[in-house]
Amino acid sequence: MSLSPYLQAPTQPPKQPKVALFITCLVDAMRPSVGFATVKLLTAAGCQVEVPALQTCCGQPAYNSGAKQDTQKLARQNIKKFADFDYVIAPSGSCIGMLHQYPDLFTQGSADHQAAEDLARRAWEITSFLVDVMQFKLPPLQQDIQVTYHDSCGGLRELGIQQQPRQLLAQVSGLNINEMCEADTCCGFGGTFCVKFPDISNRMVSHKTANAEQSKAQLLLGGDLGCLMNMAGKLKRENSDLQTRHVTELLADMLAAPALGEVENTPLRATNTDLGYRA
Amino acid sequence: MQIKSPQFKDNARIALADANLQQALDNLKSGFPGKRAAAIGRLPEFDQLRDQAKNIKNHAIENLDFYLETFASKVQDNGGHVHWAGSSTEACQTILDICRSVGARTVTKGKSMVTEEIGLNEFLQQHSVTPIETDLGEYILQLRDDHPSHIIAPAIHLNLPDVSEVFAEKHGTERKHDPQELMQEARDVLRQHFVAADVGITGANFYIPETGSTIIVTNEGNGDLTQTLPKVHIVVTSIEKCVPTLDDLSLFMRLLARSATGQECTVYNTLSTGPRQTGDQDGPEQFHVVLVDNGRSDMVGDDLQDMLRCIRCSACMNHCPVYSQIGGHAYGWVYPGPMGSVLTPKMIGIHNAGHLPNASTFCGKCESVCPVHIPLPKLMRSWRETQHRQQTSPATARLAISGWAWLARHPRLYQLGSNIAIKAMRLIGGKRGRLHNLPVGRGWTLWRDLPAPEGNSFQQQWAQQKHRLSDTGGNP
Repeated sequence: MSLSPYLQAPTQPPKQPKVALFITCLVDAMRPSVGFATVKLLTAAGCQVEVPALQTCCGQPAYNSGAKQDTQKLARQNIKKFADFDYVIAPSGSCIGMLHQYPDLFTQGSADHQAAEDLARRAWEITSFLVDVMQFKLPPLQQDIQVTYHDSCGGLRELGIQQQPRQLLAQVSGLNINEMCEADTCCGFGGTFCVKFPDISNRMVSHKTANAEQSKAQLLLGGDLGCLMNMAGKLKRENSDLQTRHVTELLADMLAAPALGEVENTPLRATNTDLGYRA
Repeated sequence: MQIKSPQFKDNARIALADANLQQALDNLKSGFPGKRAAAIGRLPEFDQLRDQAKNIKNHAIENLDFYLETFASKVQDNGGHVHWAGSSTEACQTILDICRSVGARTVTKGKSMVTEEIGLNEFLQQHSVTPIETDLGEYILQLRDDHPSHIIAPAIHLNLPDVSEVFAEKHGTERKHDPQELMQEARDVLRQHFVAADVGITGANFYIPETGSTIIVTNEGNGDLTQTLPKVHIVVTSIEKCVPTLDDLSLFMRLLARSATGQECTVYNTLSTGPRQTGDQDGPEQFHVVLVDNGRSDMVGDDLQDMLRCIRCSACMNHCPVYSQIGGHAYGWVYPGPMGSVLTPKMIGIHNAGHLPNASTFCGKCESVCPVHIPLPKLMRSWRETQHRQQTSPATARLAISGWAWLARHPRLYQLGSNIAIKAMRLIGGKRGRLHNLPVGRGWTLWRDLPAPEGNSFQQQWAQQKHRLSDTGGNP
């Protein structure tokens, strides 16, 4: 869980790179909008985007459950699937972080290890790819909105993702980031942790939602669907009107789909200043 | 100490419901991490120091045989005695033998987690030697017949009224509510013990082979009184606490207090180098070092070797979001938090401590603050791999993961299964946009809703789009 050694961005942004979208199992099943938003952003950044068919999962649940052999098999499958692309991009720091751990699964110097390292060097999370590799500037976008941002652990500590989403959000005019306390503290999702230790996980997510609420933001954003589903699920259980979305949805100006856990696209709650005005 | 790690889940549930404990944990959370961050902010070379410390520790562990022998012969040259203890029992017996050799009835003790690990207090008491803890936190715990819940702030789970109550009860004094007054009361009682004790037992934060010294770093000065006043000083430490030279020590001193309490330096930093020499005005007549192995030499060369770098600063537990919800007692044995989740299974067996390496979200905060770069999540994962290999993790979880992994390697079947699951979830929760109750994964819906899937999977939608595009010759 230390910073990946495979994060070398080129000094000049590559021209029209051939990019594979690694959709990740959660986004694929639960929130396709995030996939389409990611494709839109990649295309806007000048990438030629392809979605290799028949994708499944990065293998992280198996890896963190101690099933190393299963993980190795899944790693080989993904290494092969994404072999012919300049870059492999996912809307998830956690899953890309897993790809960066593939080399650890194999003996140093083996062909598998080399191939895993090669994949890790090409694998980037969407916001860090846009900022660090493509040096992308967001097309003009107006959103009068107050957001708060949760730093997911995998992206933060394995891939150094903290400033990149904020840099992109700062380019949205009218948008304000209300930083919450302990934005970089785990939300309690932790993959299978949240079902193995539901009581502890619940207390962790309760702290997170309380901090998010205190920020007075209208929209809670993050870069990993697992954490977002955890936080949105808790907010909904608490009957909160704070909405939750993946950061790409806002950046790609694709806010038509209902927010996480909502059945329809309801208006955002009033901002702090609105409340003051009404009072 | 009684092992309660197998009941980790119940322990955690009780801890979560304990309002007193939760308040105490909030104090911890708002204390150490902020102070650490501030102290490190004032030390720009902190990361370089960490790298150096890691290298020094790796070198020391790789050459542990050499350094242990060097240390032992230096201690002897200085007039001290070295005792080798393979196990807890051996360590306790050795210490008891030393106490008996001088007819000791009471011994004072400085704070030492190794003596907790070997169960020294219980052992001495069973053999008619009375140990008196002199660290304030440890003293409070001893009066309460309690155990540390944190490796440097042992009584962190208690609040002021708890201390007030036990002092009044055990000292037979009036109940006091002012922390200063309570401290004075403890000081008055402990001073008598310092003077009366036949033997003083301390731990050691490090031992230094170059000079045959051990060092304790404390904030209360109790350790100094423990080790200088009695006739006999016994240092109980474990074999991995090696820092080869005094120069190396100065590096670790810069890291330890900052990582632990956020102090630049602890208040008392005391080196012990043998017994009183001719011309010395004070100091013990006898100086003993008991070097405890207790499973550590097995860790040299195995998957857990990195753990032997640990300097017991507690940064990992201070920053752990799991520890800060449940406190140290929930872990059910001596060492709590991330470092405990790696060490405990080694010391009491993975069959007893199976929950511990799993009770982490792998958020990585522990590793990010560790002053010697111990990859704690990786080491916890290595325990999970052992459990999976030995088939000691719960069978249902193991089968579920293996079944799922098999499916993930058969993408067509996986997608079929995934699409069925999406439809089922849409059917249950689509109308509300979320699921309130799940037949499987109840752990999730017990406390939170599950946002329902939006509709067909991304890959389905993407394939349909591509299909439409090819039908229209590429024009949307």
